[in-house]
Amino acid sequence: MKEINLTVNNQPYRLSVPPRRTLLEVIREDLGLTGTKEGCGLGECGACTVLMDGQAINSCLVLAAEADGKQITTVEGLASGDKLHPIQQAFVDHGGLQCGFCTPGMIMSAKALLDKNPTPTEEEIKQGITGNLCRCTGYTKIIESIKAAAENMGGK
Amino acid sequence: MTTFYRRLPKFNYLAPDTLDEALSLLSRYKGKAMVIAGGTDIIPRLKRREIGAPEHVIDLKGIPGLDNIKYDVSGLSLGTLVTIGAVETSAIIGEKFSVLAQAAQSMASPQVRNRGTIAGNICNAVPSADSAPPLLTLGAKLKLVSQKGERTVGIEDFFTGPGQTALADDEILQEIQIPHPPPNSQGIYLKLTPRRAMDLAIVGVAAVVIPQDGVCQDIRIALGAVAPTPIRVRKAEAVLKGQKFDDALIEKAAKTAAGQSRPIDDHRASADYRRDMVEVLVKRAIKQAIRR
Ligand SMILES: Cc1cc2nc3c(=O)[nH]c(=O)nc-3n(C[C@H](O)[C@H](O)[C@H](O)COP(=O)(O)OP(=O)(O)OC[C@H]3O[C@@H](n4cnc5c(N)ncnc54)[C@H](O)[C@@H]3O)c2cc1C
Ligand code: FES
Ligand code: FES
Repeated sequence: MKEINLTVNNQPYRLSVPPRRTLLEVIREDLGLTGTKEGCGLGECGACTVLMDGQAINSCLVLAAEADGKQITTVEGLASGDKLHPIQQAFVDHGGLQCGFCTPGMIMSAKALLDKNPTPTEEEIKQGITGNLCRCTGYTKIIESIKAAAENMGGK
Repeated sequence: MTTFYRRLPKFNYLAPDTLDEALSLLSRYKGKAMVIAGGTDIIPRLKRREIGAPEHVIDLKGIPGLDNIKYDVSGLSLGTLVTIGAVETSAIIGEKFSVLAQAAQSMASPQVRNRGTIAGNICNAVPSADSAPPLLTLGAKLKLVSQKGERTVGIEDFFTGPGQTALADDEILQEIQIPHPPPNSQGIYLKLTPRRAMDLAIVGVAAVVIPQDGVCQDIRIALGAVAPTPIRVRKAEAVLKGQKFDDALIEKAAKTAAGQSRPIDDHRASADYRRDMVEVLVKRAIKQAIRR
């Protein structure tokens, strides 16, 4: 077992984890934050995307032990109380989701993109979500949602 | 077919704070330990049970200083923890070593580029590794260290077979060293994939050209995914070196490159298709490099 300290959505946790446990397993099973999804478990689909020290990563490819001392943000960390984050609100308003399975990962990739580049072009949005697969929407509405979110956030 | 389990197999996790400590662990557990950098190759392969579980996984990420990008009189040096994303966004690499930046940009997804390292890409040594053809054309050297000392290996001698390298059981790749390219050299990396992103190369072509007044002063061409290892194609280079660029000669060089490739048939493409695409992409890469 390995002792780790994690900060998830600004909440500090001290955990004892087996070395083979992934960050994704800890987030979903130990912390009960089931917003983050497991699709492929292999880095291909992006459903497990979270921010680690501000960068989008596939939590299925990271050992919990490797995340020791890191700041993690999951989709649960975006809203303030009942008020959705502007990216979440834009997905609701613009039909950026159907079944919703890819959505938390999509939104975290969008967050990472807009944090770095608040006024992305359509091509930059597409590049920003290349690591996220969606089986439902055909992507058009996801791209529209991210565009709208960028506008609503006023380039911030 | 490989079996895919969602859970990782059991192993012990070690996180040394210094390179010396890492090297001593590696020599103590020789053959039973595996180094992890970004984990983007190793974790999926362990989950797929493509490789046997090591007893110990040695994480290099706690060692300070290994993620430095250094640019000075001797050229560019990439520490072993430099990520694909850091190479993609480095201003100096974009300006002076553009062929490598282009390859970094073509790889995987933002998530994988944030974690995966160039060194890991090289050490994993699949024939399609996108950083390999650019590093071959740039004449990169690899600094390998073990408890016994250090040695420097040219990248061409590093790849010894599919997934195989010159690294010994107790060695770590510490640094990738790239000499200054000649001032007027131009590099292009072209990658053929079914999708525009998230795919491994069916064919990868890097070309670095030094054009002067329409004459090819020097040229280096390297290919990925069309031989047991990434390769430099010297016969194709020789066709153009010192000659005036013209379409017929470029065509001949491209044909020669295709002839030097030794592709295989697999689920991603047939050998014949790959060989044809080497010719097309080499031609295209040279022409784009001259035009830059
Ligand atoms: C979804 C997805 C898409 C991908 N797309 C691409 C792509 O387009 N192009 C491409 O080329 N690759 C691609 N890859 C493969 C992978 O991301 C890259 O090869 C990456 O560069 C590996 O680096 P890493 O740091 O994650 O390696 P790791 O997984 O940490 O290590 C890889 C291997 O190298 C060894 N190793 C690592 N560092 C050292 C060291 N310093 N000394 C000695 N041995 C070492 C490890 O023991 C291991 O055997 C993709 C992977 C995924 C999951
Ligand atoms: S579950 Fe992590 S990328 Fe698919
Ligand atoms: S909304 Fe169903 S997978 Fe994207």
